[in-house]
Amino acid sequence: MNEAERAQRKPRVATVSLAGCFGCHMSLLDIDERLFTLFNLVEFDRSPLTDLKHCGACDFGLVEGGLCNSENVLVLREFRAYCKVLVAVGACAINGGLPAQRNALDVGHILSEIYRARPGLAASGAVPNDPELPLPLAQVHPIHEVVHIDYFLPGCPPSADAIWAFLTALIAGRKPQLDHALIRFD
Amino acid sequence: MPVTTFTETPCPPVRRVVIDPLSRVEGHGKVTLLLDEHNRVQQARLHIVEFRGFESFIVGRPYWEVPVMVQRLCGICPVSHHLAASKAIDVALGIQAIPRTAEVMRRLMHYGQIMQSHALHFFHLSSPDLLFGFDSNVTQRNIMGVAAAHPDIARQGVLLRKFGQEVIRMTAGKRVHGTGSVPGGVNRHLTHAERDELAAQVPQMLAWCEQAVELVATLHAQNPALYDHFGSFRSNWMSIVRADGAMDLYDGVLRVRDADGRILQDGTNVQDYLGLIEEATEAWTYMKFPYLRALGREGGWYRVGPLARVQNCSHIPSPRAETQRQRFLIRGPVHATLAYHWARMIEMLHAMEVIAELLQDEALLGGALTAPLPLQRPARREGVGVIEAPRGTLFHHYVIGDDDLVSWCNLIVSTTHNNQAMNESVRVVARDYFDGRAVSEGLLNHIEVAIRAYDPCLSCATHALGSMPLQVNLIGADGQLLERVLRHGDGRIERSAA
Repeated sequence: MNEAERAQRKPRVATVSLAGCFGCHMSLLDIDERLFTLFNLVEFDRSPLTDLKHCGACDFGLVEGGLCNSENVLVLREFRAYCKVLVAVGACAINGGLPAQRNALDVGHILSEIYRARPGLAASGAVPNDPELPLPLAQVHPIHEVVHIDYFLPGCPPSADAIWAFLTALIAGRKPQLDHALIRFD
Repeated sequence: MPVTTFTETPCPPVRRVVIDPLSRVEGHGKVTLLLDEHNRVQQARLHIVEFRGFESFIVGRPYWEVPVMVQRLCGICPVSHHLAASKAIDVALGIQAIPRTAEVMRRLMHYGQIMQSHALHFFHLSSPDLLFGFDSNVTQRNIMGVAAAHPDIARQGVLLRKFGQEVIRMTAGKRVHGTGSVPGGVNRHLTHAERDELAAQVPQMLAWCEQAVELVATLHAQNPALYDHFGSFRSNWMSIVRADGAMDLYDGVLRVRDADGRILQDGTNVQDYLGLIEEATEAWTYMKFPYLRALGREGGWYRVGPLARVQNCSHIPSPRAETQRQRFLIRGPVHATLAYHWARMIEMLHAMEVIAELLQDEALLGGALTAPLPLQRPARREGVGVIEAPRGTLFHHYVIGDDDLVSWCNLIVSTTHNNQAMNESVRVVARDYFDGRAVSEGLLNHIEVAIRAYDPCLSCATHALGSMPLQVNLIGADGQLLERVLRHGDGRIERSAA
């Protein structure tokens, strides 16, 4: 692709939240007025912000959240297949994050505790088991355990400034190099 | 791409249509419809398909960690969980009252949260449906499309949300997952500079909030048949209200009205919520179904959130929002699902009025931050914290052991209260729009529009998120795939016979 073609074609970006809280997507929106610049620089493909439910060929994929069920794994593999550059955004994607607190517990036991018998629950309580519901994984996994990840952007969530610095570098075709102040883990 | 198919017991003759995932909502859900041979809808369900188990793994954590941990339930309304947990732990520790500075800082943080969340939901997620039409071009039907076609509206939405997020940053320390509220109070004041920076923006923000209410009112006026009837049904309503019945989104007592507006229950202490509400489970969703114990599962379900609160309160204690509320309710009780948007914008205006008033309070700038622990430790350390989160009534309930670790926890999040109602909306819309017609992208979006009106936070409700591409498989009575409908990235619909 020469320079003229590159200028013609906007990079396509896909985003998804797996077993996360949406906070990383909130931090993306926290770039505020810079959103309008971003809208001019890229096209959004599949994302919680669009109704495009199937990933097309994309330049960048941003993945928030880890893997807590079988469906998360399918979606992550789809993102790897369609995105040239795949980024693990935030604590949950990178190491499982808070949802991985359940890894010390037995998932069957947790389900039973929450759905079968507790104060405030009707007597007929039962663990959901319909075929419509994807199987929970025994443990919550970081996404790099399943597919190759090109970049890791830490933070809970990464700040809007960190996301902006990272994205603008990618869009410009540079390798992202974030200042120390932009790298945080809380 | 991954393909998900399901088989059904081949009796009676039905076929299944799946919408997966719901988009422009927070979290992961899907809808299934079962159709008979004449394409009449026999069953319509909203499924919440993920599970995280916060109530289990919070057990064993020190109580002072809890207000920070539970924010990770949801990145859109972390402040609601932060504050509901803080309030519950205050009660459990036997703290009767927090200092005035802590009260006004927490309230400011909460109303900032209401503002940013309502702005996000209306402008970033829902306005494309309302401005462009439910079956408009899928590549335009998003905030990027709004920014191109209606740049002023998109800009106001982004800046209203920014203001709310800045209120949160200054009171909580961070825009998402802050640390400002602690058991017994808060850990910071506002600086003079922060207060002045926010106060300077008040007139502009108030004006934009009023314009947002006008925008929704205009949309209703342009198509009353749609806005009054789409996904509409009667229900009970629940929220907290101030002791005198006024709207208060931070604290109060529980009130329930029936569909005709009669008060069924009033003044209920939130500590007694388990006497008022019970939850049922269903095999096909991870989200529970709460209902009023007194009325039972069939008749006792209710709706929460902006449409409930605007009607449940006796008045809104801020003049501009109350004027808008009077106008909104001029024809009596409102049951229309799309009216949630109008009520939400009235609340956003109210939140901005409250913020304007709180910013004049000198207690933000100085004074004691926390209350001391009582000298006598309570025999049983248990507490319930309730708050009106952006999406509705949020319950956090903890028991703290002698070792200072949480020994039990129960959460009922806002969206869970609307579970039955969202399923009703799906059924009503499926009945009114779907029966006998061919599946199309626009038709599928009608169902999503109905769900979106509730601003569901499926992450809160399931404590997890995820997504799948949209593919609808029609499966015949014998379990064979009859037809496959694919919604492509560019919005094209492709049908293929099996």
